Amino acid sequence: MPAPLTLTASRRAFLGLAAGGAALAASGQGARAERVRTSARIVILGAGAGGTAMANRLANRLEGATITLLDARQQHWYQPGFTLIAAGLKPASYAISRTADWLPEGVEWIPEHAAGLDPVAQRVTTTGGRVLAYDYLIVATGLMLDWEAIEGFSLDLVGHDGVSAHYAGPEYAELSWRELDRFTDRGGVGLFGRPATEMKCAGAPLKITFLAEDIARRKGNRDRVQLAYHAQNQTLFGVPIVHHRLRQLFDERGIEARYDHVLTAIDAQRREATYATPAGDVTTGYDFINVIPPQRAPGVIREAGLGWTDRWLDQGWIEVDPATLRHLRYPSIFGLGDIAGVPKGKTAASVKWHLPVVEDHLVSEIAGREGTETFNGYTACPMITRIGRAMLIEFDYSDNLTPSFPGIIAPLEELWISWLMKEAALKPTYNAMLRGRA
Amino acid sequence: MKDLSFATLIAVWEEMFGQGVFWALTAVAALITGLYLHVLIRDRAMSLRKFLWAQLSMPIGALGAIWFVLAVTSSRLSDMGGPIDWLVLAGIALVGAVGFAILVYVVQSLVRGPQDE
Repeated sequence: MPAPLTLTASRRAFLGLAAGGAALAASGQGARAERVRTSARIVILGAGAGGTAMANRLANRLEGATITLLDARQQHWYQPGFTLIAAGLKPASYAISRTADWLPEGVEWIPEHAAGLDPVAQRVTTTGGRVLAYDYLIVATGLMLDWEAIEGFSLDLVGHDGVSAHYAGPEYAELSWRELDRFTDRGGVGLFGRPATEMKCAGAPLKITFLAEDIARRKGNRDRVQLAYHAQNQTLFGVPIVHHRLRQLFDERGIEARYDHVLTAIDAQRREATYATPAGDVTTGYDFINVIPPQRAPGVIREAGLGWTDRWLDQGWIEVDPATLRHLRYPSIFGLGDIAGVPKGKTAASVKWHLPVVEDHLVSEIAGREGTETFNGYTACPMITRIGRAMLIEFDYSDNLTPSFPGIIAPLEELWISWLMKEAALKPTYNAMLRGRA
Repeated sequence: MKDLSFATLIAVWEEMFGQGVFWALTAVAALITGLYLHVLIRDRAMSLRKFLWAQLSMPIGALGAIWFVLAVTSSRLSDMGGPIDWLVLAGIALVGAVGFAILVYVVQSLVRGPQDE
């Protein structure tokens, strides 16, 4: 555990702007939280949205801490942009930046992955063989896309013969757009759907379905295109009221919903997809298919025994307190972002709400206090229903709608302002979050 | 939206335009506003002729602002889905109209000088 600590009493000054300072004071947020002096060793696994933002936040809050960030990827991906790339609205470069560009001074970035993790001895071993002892570990690895679980599928297929897979990355999202573009030119049968595991942004498979319909309509080819969405259970969305609204929109747009259908295999040559259903396997032909595979915790996290032992056994999400995101068996470990074993929220918006909670509990403990912030399961999904319109759906653990602008932006209405937020405001907000400023 | 404060908004705008461009745009807006106050004080009166031209140019500013926002967000007027959309659009038009009118007034005042009545 960390050495004895002292608090520095100095409050940071207001931001440099006079006007900004006045407004900040009015909003009650003018004084920044005090810096805490510590010699704690903190290791962050993963330089995605959660890990990068937490590195910046901790670099601001802690003085003297050793903060190490572990991630081999040189590229940082703005994943909420993948849908826009796959719909031909943005180039692949829209979602690509450099990991190094977001990292603060005072944080050591080791461009390697974790190869081993011993939560009892509090040690991480890197793929390069370095051993990192930690006082606190923030697991923000994100999740693994299990493409091999779809028999007959490989990423080489993307961009040919009607196969798309925009979850695989910005370049694959661009290849996916080429296939979607061809499909909506020529017409035929388009298949969409989601895996049966927990997944990141459960709205994304629906968005790309709506966008395919809209793009075909704009090209004047709607009557030549048949669209089917395959849901893993009896709902289109985990929040009942949202499910009913989406079902209504599917009906209006002529998109067929096939429930209890989970993609298990594709035959790219014959253009056939096989779905597991309660009545047995069903094979159906396609001209275009969007593949989203099952999603699981990375192997190193599962092997470390961090996962829940009574749920998600095939997926391995780590066993954290749903309110504090602290590991229930290893209190020096926090789960942040997609890896956290909580029932809602594998989105960047959830990360934004995870951050102050994890920061509060970690920094409070270092300062000898108890953290008070809690996570209520908040997730936001700008559900694009066509180019130019979206529904700003926000909800919590209890399936309550939690609109940020109640009475102003209706969550279940297709609105341009919700599209504006997705299109114009989301990426800057995400970037500000990465820098620890939002 | 958690913690939507003025500092957050500044951070988001900086990311939207890039730090340099955002503060350059802010400086340009402040400069034009400052010049407007300058010519008002210099001339000690509001020129009705210049004000008329400024008013006549308002629709150009309004339409320009709407066109710009629609173009950069891949949107069309038919995407307006509810009252809030029209209010936002009206707000964009208003900002474009007033901003352009002030610019036109200032440019006239600087080019033609105070005597041109």
